[in-house]
Amino acid sequence: MTQKKNSFLKLPVLLLTTSLVLGLAACGSGNSNSNNGGSGGAGTPAGNTGVNAANNANTGTEANTTPKEPVELLNVSYDPTRELYVSFNAAFAKYWKKKTGQEVTIKQSHGGSGKQSLSVISGLKADVVTLALGYDIDAIAERGLINKDWKSKFQSNSAPYTSTIVFLVRKGNPKGIKDWNDLVKPDVEVITPNPATSGGARWNYLAAWGYAQKQDGGDETKTKEFMKQLFQNVPVLDSGARGSTTTFTERGIGDVLLAWENEAFLSQKELGDKFEIVYPSLSILAEPPVAIVDKVVDDRGTREVAEAYLKYLYTEEGQRIAADHFYRPINPDIAAQYKDKFKELELLQIDKDFGGWAEAQKKHFAEGGTFDEIYKPGSK
Amino acid sequence: MAGGIATSRPAHGAPTAERGRPTSESPAVKWLLITIAVIFLAAVVLLPLITVFVEGLKRGWNVYISAMTDPDAVSALKLTLLVAVIAVPLNTIFGIAASWLIAKFSFRGKNLLLTLIDLPFSVSPVIAGFMFLLLFGAQGYLGPWFDERGLQIVFAPPGIILATMFVTFPFVARELIPLMQAQGTQEEEAAATLGAKGFRIFWSVTLPNIKWALLYGLVLCNARAMGEFGAVSVVSGHIRGETNTLPLHVEILYNEYQFSASFAAASLLMLLALLTLGAKSLVEWKTAQRNQDLEG
Repeated sequence: MTQKKNSFLKLPVLLLTTSLVLGLAACGSGNSNSNNGGSGGAGTPAGNTGVNAANNANTGTEANTTPKEPVELLNVSYDPTRELYVSFNAAFAKYWKKKTGQEVTIKQSHGGSGKQSLSVISGLKADVVTLALGYDIDAIAERGLINKDWKSKFQSNSAPYTSTIVFLVRKGNPKGIKDWNDLVKPDVEVITPNPATSGGARWNYLAAWGYAQKQDGGDETKTKEFMKQLFQNVPVLDSGARGSTTTFTERGIGDVLLAWENEAFLSQKELGDKFEIVYPSLSILAEPPVAIVDKVVDDRGTREVAEAYLKYLYTEEGQRIAADHFYRPINPDIAAQYKDKFKELELLQIDKDFGGWAEAQKKHFAEGGTFDEIYKPGSK
Repeated sequence: MAGGIATSRPAHGAPTAERGRPTSESPAVKWLLITIAVIFLAAVVLLPLITVFVEGLKRGWNVYISAMTDPDAVSALKLTLLVAVIAVPLNTIFGIAASWLIAKFSFRGKNLLLTLIDLPFSVSPVIAGFMFLLLFGAQGYLGPWFDERGLQIVFAPPGIILATMFVTFPFVARELIPLMQAQGTQEEEAAATLGAKGFRIFWSVTLPNIKWALLYGLVLCNARAMGEFGAVSVVSGHIRGETNTLPLHVEILYNEYQFSASFAAASLLMLLALLTLGAKSLVEWKTAQRNQDLEG
């Protein structure tokens, strides 16, 4: 019997070993695929010339005149910028080709801003990040992937466009929602994403907080009560702004969506006049910043093109594309051209009214912050 | 006369009258059951299936075709097929080995092995994805080691393949184990006494016995490998044209107000599933034919 058992046993052992070997081989081959297809040949001589070119650019010389290998950039962005960057990437690729003769392909990845920041920290190889708020870039900088002084790398705190938070309501505004204090009425359902994962949700939260503080004359207990009531009216917290938008527009849940102004305009454009935008009496100036992921661009030799990419956001064309996608341009000339599109309203500022993102994050969204205090899942 | 026969064979009267029907149910019951089954299938399977195609074609063939040939869709299709082509055979080899081991031998730790095989069924796919992120992420246990060697595991195809393999791990084994256990070891033992060695026994005795269960396990495994969303979503990184599988691509399109394109991509996924089923039926049919030829 033992003899026979042994011959029986050989097969499974053999099979298990082959499956392991095959598994490793598969991983290896999958990987080489991703390297060839994904990184534009980071390890090849072409990649090295990229590094040299980047160094040249840093010292201020003109771009290389020899024709260069095609290059790829990965832009890891937040949820509502999908359409903006489809247009902007095409425009930049055209500009870059004309200027340097080099083909550039920009890949996009979108999701809740906090989630995307975590992905980059976990190893998603982004050349540039274009997120919803400064704290999410600070978090990456903390891990040493981005230089801590990223904010001073580009104009206006590295925020090439701004936006604000508005209300999107169903046509005819059946619940008569005009301002933040209408959101705490018992029969109103409010849709907002989760502040833990979404940048837009954190702007929403701070805008509501700022409004309540003003109403209550700075009394924080009253403000917390207001926020608690508001979040009792929230039936579902999606992880990103776009998820909330589809919850509100497609699934038909809720009476009011707290949304980025650009997101509200976009859903109006895409889905016709089933919705109306309501500007509250007070909102917040949202500054979605951009940054180069220093470690990745240095490893891959893409610094030059990555810098040019983000700088292009500040050019007249970049600003115009942003405005066409309902982001408020920061260039005064372009802003003047789009004056009728964006309503003027009183806006709170993160640095002035909340002491900057580091403090706001700690006070409101970190573990044990005010959001944890006022929000209990399923508390309705 | 008739009365005499009837009284002499009273017990056989009833079965004779019921000849031709295996059960004693009335035709009404039979038709009721058939109707229920058909309505149920139509409502739960057929209707959603048709809806996907109808929605996909809502804006006409041009939108449908351009959604299918969009570079991001093509790349998502390629990645989905690559994942299935690697994950399914590996899990098949493992499944056969494991169920052979479990069904034909008794050894210490067998129950533990069985439990481990079932583990992916009981773990939420999202958690499975996070496990790989914790292992292979840049802040994970093994991630930095691979990173130093220039190997990207998560946010790249290898991570997606690993996550898919984990989720589809039990399908083949779980189909085979009960069957092989029921079949016992007599036939293999007989073969062994006749002098057959391990691989010969497997090839000419075990494999023919488990053929159908194996095929069924393969179909299930493949369907799940191509359709997996949760685990893959966590490790994908959602890079368009690079690390999006078809299910992720469908979600992205839906979230970008491209509803027709989204359903078109969904119908592509559906076609893949139908193809798999078609292949299975073809194999079944061919084998049945060959058997008939052999018998004839």
